[in-house]
Amino acid sequence: MAAQTVLQKLEILADAAKYDASCASSGTAKKNSLGGRGIGSTEGMGICHAYAPDGRCISLLKILLTNHCVFDCHYCVNRKSSNVARARFTPQEVVDLTLAFYRRNYIEGLFLSSGIVKNSNHTMEQIVEVARILREEHDFRGYIHLKTIPEADPEIVHQAGLYADRVSINVELPTDSGLTRLAPDKDARQIEGAMGKVKSDLVEAKDARKRFKHAPRFAPAGQSTQMIVGADAATDADIVGKASRLYDNFRLRRVYYSAFSPIPDASAVLPLKRPPLIREHRLYQSDWLMRFYGYKPTDVMQATEADGNLPLDIDPKLAWALKFREAFPVDVNRASKEQLLRVPGLGVKAVGKILASRRHRALRLDDVALLTQSITKVRPFIVTVDWRPITLTDRADLRSLLAPRTEQLELFAA
Amino acid sequence: MTALQHVKLGTYYVVHLPEADDFDFWRERARALVQCDVPPDRIAWVEPGGSGDLFAHGERRMPVPPMDAKPVRANRRFVSLAKNTILHSDPERFALLYRLLWRLQSNPRMMEDKADLDVRRVEELDKNVRRDSHKMHAFVRFRLVESEDEEVGEHYVAWFEPEHHILRANAGFFMRRFSNMRWSILTPRGSLHWDTETMSEGPPAERHDAPGGDPMEDLWRTYYASIFNPARLKIGAMLKEMPKKYWKNMPEAALIPDLIAGAQGREAKMVEKGALEFEERPDTLEAIDKAIHGCRKCPIGQLDNHAVMGEGPQDASLMIVGEQPGDQEDQIGRPFVGPAGQLLDAHLEKVGIDRRAAYVTNAVKHFKYVQRGKRRLHQNPGAKEIDTCRWWIESEREIVKPKLVLAMGASAARSVLGKTVSITKVRGAPIALEDGSELWVTAHPSYLLRLEGPAREEQARLFDADLAAVRQRLEELA
Ligand code: SF4
Repeated sequence: MAAQTVLQKLEILADAAKYDASCASSGTAKKNSLGGRGIGSTEGMGICHAYAPDGRCISLLKILLTNHCVFDCHYCVNRKSSNVARARFTPQEVVDLTLAFYRRNYIEGLFLSSGIVKNSNHTMEQIVEVARILREEHDFRGYIHLKTIPEADPEIVHQAGLYADRVSINVELPTDSGLTRLAPDKDARQIEGAMGKVKSDLVEAKDARKRFKHAPRFAPAGQSTQMIVGADAATDADIVGKASRLYDNFRLRRVYYSAFSPIPDASAVLPLKRPPLIREHRLYQSDWLMRFYGYKPTDVMQATEADGNLPLDIDPKLAWALKFREAFPVDVNRASKEQLLRVPGLGVKAVGKILASRRHRALRLDDVALLTQSITKVRPFIVTVDWRPITLTDRADLRSLLAPRTEQLELFAA
Repeated sequence: MTALQHVKLGTYYVVHLPEADDFDFWRERARALVQCDVPPDRIAWVEPGGSGDLFAHGERRMPVPPMDAKPVRANRRFVSLAKNTILHSDPERFALLYRLLWRLQSNPRMMEDKADLDVRRVEELDKNVRRDSHKMHAFVRFRLVESEDEEVGEHYVAWFEPEHHILRANAGFFMRRFSNMRWSILTPRGSLHWDTETMSEGPPAERHDAPGGDPMEDLWRTYYASIFNPARLKIGAMLKEMPKKYWKNMPEAALIPDLIAGAQGREAKMVEKGALEFEERPDTLEAIDKAIHGCRKCPIGQLDNHAVMGEGPQDASLMIVGEQPGDQEDQIGRPFVGPAGQLLDAHLEKVGIDRRAAYVTNAVKHFKYVQRGKRRLHQNPGAKEIDTCRWWIESEREIVKPKLVLAMGASAARSVLGKTVSITKVRGAPIALEDGSELWVTAHPSYLLRLEGPAREEQARLFDADLAAVRQRLEELA
């Protein structure tokens, strides 16, 4: 076979990375290239340099070092027994691509992941080598996210954290039995062990920096993980429970959900139908509720239906409100911030505006309408000077009144 | 002395700004006008190129604030909003800001009233500007110009069309990011040049002043097309964040129409290549039997062969799983009737297991072979073939629900466990299965057939020991 060109490799290795949900490049330490030899800066907020027609942002060069893999995880397109085209970059090729793209302002940096070649340590060393060349030889100060291999020697994983802004270790599946079944070569304890080690490295490095200004930084954007949704029987309640344990135990910055997507050359062990994308969306919404709206995991679990899954036709906040109607209506002129944050249709921003404005005037329904996206959604749940819903929250058909029409549900009709 | 004495009643003032984004100049003038108590509707603010027709004969000389004029107050929120709002292209922005400043004097906390129309408007303008700046950080695309002059070296040039007067305000961002790179950003509103040490400003430019392409763009477009997952098309979400007005200067955007048009087809292909279209799980053994005869999910099924169904009582507590039918099984259509089957029968009898009480089946339902002359030579199934065929044996397990599964050989073990295990490591002890049953693993009888002499005796002994352990365990479970 003729040697592949960089373009051919890029085609294969970017394609293989397209199932990965994470792309964020924010929340790291500020840095810039003034006074250095190289290029790059990070200013807190990451920048999405383009959007793909799947609506997802492109902020990093997200690729695999190689899609050869000695493992055989059923949900993964790169598993050993799959028949996809294979390619392999050298570390230098990845470095050159990253720099060339960065100089043209196409990207914020690199997100490097890899199939496992030879063994975990060898693979992890190659990943670290890419970051080392970028940081040390080119004084690259942009964003680097490295996907680490849990089975690799913790020392090498530690190295990764010294070069990278963020490291991540995928838990892959929400339940241990799902992992055993779909990723027979992987081990849940090992994955969580690796996360625990990264967490203690993070804590240690933070501590050291308090005392010595020049202590080395360790993954200033923290660690994240990804879970595949819909490949096993885990319910949304299981998933939310798992995510919240991970947030608590390992101080994760983010848990990404990736709806199991049809992959070429899929394994027969996978479910027949792909889960609707909307399910992934509902999980992100509940994640959001927990991170910014003060919901507890138990609140979200209470919003699930009898089968343990969040309703697909309405968002989890509305689902919660419909189950706890006694908590409504709330008076926008008196309610606490926490109460307001529970009102379906009121976002964090709108609540902030309501709190600020009500010091100046007693808010009427029209005022609230100016401060929110859609007053129809909010109206049944609030009281203003000139408005009080009388029977609306008791109406049995409230859900159908508020739910969007079902045709719009599937984001992409299968 | 009141301010009114300094301001002629009924006088209109015209303020000409030297630059569209000159916040300091606006602040100076605005402060003086407030101190002189000039109401908002008596001032016309005119930016370069703008017209002040409305008050063509307005006073150009600024009034002088009295010595004892009260300091003009504005909170921090107002100042930061004003700095940014000045960059907007709306000609009304200066007047709007002045009106707010004016009103702030009597109501210092007015900025908190988010329902106020002026406050809302200025916040909206501020948001537009911030968004435009953000899009500039994101969507500027540099192109490399190699200079013949060695000294000068590489120069990166971008063409961008901002909607507002944000160029100067964003110079710092590009300088901090690309500080060791020589670059220029050309726009219809002016240009910026950085030579790795100093920043300079230049006049407005035109598109053709910037280079037309860059060899890297092919790679970038390849990346853009490959990272997109056609199974998740969400055009609205893309358009919201990357409005069409920016597309014309982004090399990758030209691909979008084709990517969208091809998405359904690409997804269908992915699914087709991927999802083996297994129907609902069959719920009777007869249905499985029927289905495997039509199954062509893996290449083995394409060979000239027949599927072989498992056999035995539907309520058997023991399920014995072999690898695949051999030549004779394929012809007769029953499992374990060839040499390996006969050997198995002998050993089962020896340890006291009644084969007729067990459900006997194979991991792979079709015979895999290569043709050598007239002979069909047995071939081991590949991992992928075993995984594919797993669908059927799982269906059988669901119906028979054995308490104990005996897998003979690595292929059989893989089809139950989903992974490859080493027989020497796992034989002789049960492995708990998800459905509550247990798995025992032993060698495949055909392995014994290939050995001779003492090696065969040794393996036969081990095989018997495994079978005996299974028998004992079955009695315990009964
Ligand atoms: S061996 Fe199994 S998967 Fe392959 S065609 Fe036959 S029944 Fe189908």
